[in-house]
Amino acid sequence: MTKQNIDRRSFLKVSGAATGGVLFGFSWLVSCQNEVQAEIIPELEMPEQWFSLNGYIKIGDNGVVTIMAPNPEIGQNVKTSMPMIVAEELDADWNKVVVEQAPLDPEKFPRQVAGGSQSIRQSWEGLRKAGATAKAMLVAAAAEKWGVDAATLKTEKGHIINANGEKIHYGEVATAASQLEVPEDAPLKDPKDFTIIGQSKKNVDLKDIITGEPLFGLDTKVEGMKYAVVLRPPAFGQKLQSVDDAAAKALTGVESVLQFGDKVAVLANSTWAAMQGKKALTAVWTEDTPLESTTYHDEELAKLLTAKTEAVRHDGNVDRAFAEADEIVERVYESPFLPHNCMEPMNFFAHVTDEKVLLDGPIQTPQWTRQRVADLLEREAEQVEVKMTRMGGGFGRRLYGDFALEAAEVSKLAKAPVQLVFSREDDMSAGTYRMAIKYKIKAAIKDKKITAYHLTEAAINSNMYGLIPNFFPAGAIENYRVDNAKMESNITTGAWRAPYTNFLAFAEQSFFDELSEKMEVDAVQLRLDLLENAKKNKEDERMQWSPDRMQECIKLVAEKAGWSTPKEGVFQGLSAYYSHNTHVAEIAEVVMKENRPVVTKVYCAVDCGIVVNPEAAKNQIEGGIIDGVGHAMFGDLAFNNGIPSATNFDKFRLIRHQEAPEIEVFFIQNNVDPTGLGEPSLPPAGGAIANAIYKATGKRFYKQPFVQEMDVLG
Amino acid sequence: MSTFSIKVNGVEHSVEADDATPILWILRDHLQLVGTKYGCGIGQCGACTIHLEGTSARSCNLPISAAAGKSITTIEGLSENGTHPVQKAWVEHDVPQCGYCQSGQIMTAAAFLKENNNPSDEEIKAAMHGNICRCGTYNRIRAAVKTAAQNS
Ligand code: FES
Ligand code: FES
Repeated sequence: MTKQNIDRRSFLKVSGAATGGVLFGFSWLVSCQNEVQAEIIPELEMPEQWFSLNGYIKIGDNGVVTIMAPNPEIGQNVKTSMPMIVAEELDADWNKVVVEQAPLDPEKFPRQVAGGSQSIRQSWEGLRKAGATAKAMLVAAAAEKWGVDAATLKTEKGHIINANGEKIHYGEVATAASQLEVPEDAPLKDPKDFTIIGQSKKNVDLKDIITGEPLFGLDTKVEGMKYAVVLRPPAFGQKLQSVDDAAAKALTGVESVLQFGDKVAVLANSTWAAMQGKKALTAVWTEDTPLESTTYHDEELAKLLTAKTEAVRHDGNVDRAFAEADEIVERVYESPFLPHNCMEPMNFFAHVTDEKVLLDGPIQTPQWTRQRVADLLEREAEQVEVKMTRMGGGFGRRLYGDFALEAAEVSKLAKAPVQLVFSREDDMSAGTYRMAIKYKIKAAIKDKKITAYHLTEAAINSNMYGLIPNFFPAGAIENYRVDNAKMESNITTGAWRAPYTNFLAFAEQSFFDELSEKMEVDAVQLRLDLLENAKKNKEDERMQWSPDRMQECIKLVAEKAGWSTPKEGVFQGLSAYYSHNTHVAEIAEVVMKENRPVVTKVYCAVDCGIVVNPEAAKNQIEGGIIDGVGHAMFGDLAFNNGIPSATNFDKFRLIRHQEAPEIEVFFIQNNVDPTGLGEPSLPPAGGAIANAIYKATGKRFYKQPFVQEMDVLG
Repeated sequence: MSTFSIKVNGVEHSVEADDATPILWILRDHLQLVGTKYGCGIGQCGACTIHLEGTSARSCNLPISAAAGKSITTIEGLSENGTHPVQKAWVEHDVPQCGYCQSGQIMTAAAFLKENNNPSDEEIKAAMHGNICRCGTYNRIRAAVKTAAQNS
């Protein structure tokens, strides 16, 4: 496990800058008085002066505390949960905390990325230290003020209390504290003493969200800003030959038309005018590289599954085990491309001037994007300032800063501040898609035991990475092998919420369900038995998941769902999957309505260690399950000569209210360091519902989306 | 280009725009009321939901020429300081994830509850079916609409 430490130099630098100096308040700070449930209460009174104790914390003279939210917020709740961790160790009064979104500042904040469900896990220690260090400085300042030993002082809810019971708030010693040495080893709390972590705190942007305040990238308005909409090649593989922009330029509101590379930007005084301008362009496209279709991908991927491939992991000898097997089971699972479909389409604000570059908008990777923009414009990274807005979803799409690069390029050409906007059609047709993938899984059964497991992945552009080949059932089955194969495509592909495992988990967990049936072993029991086998390999450093924790999740979900006491007319399916350092087990319930299977409920047990913000954590789990169910049921994007089959929600079916199952979430209680929740509940969902639908209908699904397969059920 | 007068959240505005310009962009770009969101532009997602003369409408395919002279309420004008029962219920259930779809969800729910103040779960799902939440907060939305119904 990588531990990120706060850079001590940055601590010193920031507190040094604040020494003797004063930072003034900002009127736009977010208020988060979270105890109040159904009541919206007025904003906090802002202090006259702020004192900075480190990069994360500013204390106001009136005791109000500002905590910086370092990481990009895409809906995974880090803007609330990360400051909660700081506030916990600071012993702040959460009702007197204002949270401020930090800009990109790698010197102060390590890993400002929203990706891989890693924000909480990788920043846990650093955030705690930031809070604890500042608290120690405040206590030291109070000790000096009272002329007592710091060890005799206690802190509680933003106050320091001495042995006589006298109490002062943090603001009263903030100026003195800001001038002290930064202590080396401020002690961290014992998790049993947590008073903020583990208590549900409301989303710090909640009030602004429900009242429609500007928060998102598209809400950015800057004096003199132009709206830009870009025409890109309609098919992957095409390039621009020529464009006629006369009709576009004649439209009211359209101010200019700029060509850059194979793209054409229309700049206007409103988004609508820019969109109309784009539609009025007449472009001629030529073929640059061959235009690809789904039928071609299907053929090529199928070939790869039978071609000779390289093993990325091979334990024992699968060939021998297959030769000696009583029975061999082989299945192929197939998935389509998927667009991310963030609710807020891609967009970015850029203002490029000779002196500097300002970027502001929704981005999961601010630091990487800054570097790429700097390279593109031939500037130093230090000349590029990156601010982050709240994001209307990310799901991996906003890892790729293509839209920010476009905005920078257009701003440079236009010599104006620019908000670059993708229409929904642009968003779905200029994607960085989840690639189509096929998995072949082959298992050997001998003497009622699984003796071999061989997984082959055929993917487009890139294969599973990192530790994925070492996930379950690696270590649980003696002869085990994973092979990778890929084909190149000119369709851009990339990370999509829970990369690879978003489909791999369905394939694997459906396959085990089928094996349990063939072996006449209960599906829960088969998983528990295999996990028991895996325990003997616990010392293998490739095994970063825990068979014990997974068993606990499975047992808990089975108990909660009443797995061993079947309900009349209700069909259950199990799926359990570890990803992004979190263990999850799910049981889906299906009932037949008018002869069709309907997913009514999903039970979910999760082990993510300490649950920082329980209600928000549940929200993440629910969202991941609904996403997993939705895309397994309906998600489909095909290509025909390089053109996607859907470009808006009339053709691309997303799960909606009436299709969303009820969900019950159970967390395993422990004091293990926390891991992330943005992704891990998604992968198991597809398998859970497929296994339940099988019980209800007798039909197994090998291909997503299921809705196409369901038609055969009538 | 014509000049239209529209009443938004009780305030009269005179805007110059092309007849076909959807109200969504009048609100967002002309009046800088950005709480109403763009999601699809074709009436499929509900992110742009407003109230037109008190009933819910998709502002992305409602041209200004059809709304001129009518009264519009947006999320910014739904209540003073977020105190509408639907907004309070949203706070109680801490509904949002990314939050982008939520103003549309709230506007749909508020208009629906005016018509039916004691809805069943099935009626809530049917009423909200046109509003997509990509983050999947559907169950919380359903619970919040129920709470709002009880409190209004
Ligand atoms: S933006 Fe109007 S319904 Fe989607
Ligand atoms: S909360 Fe993100 S789309 Fe609904």
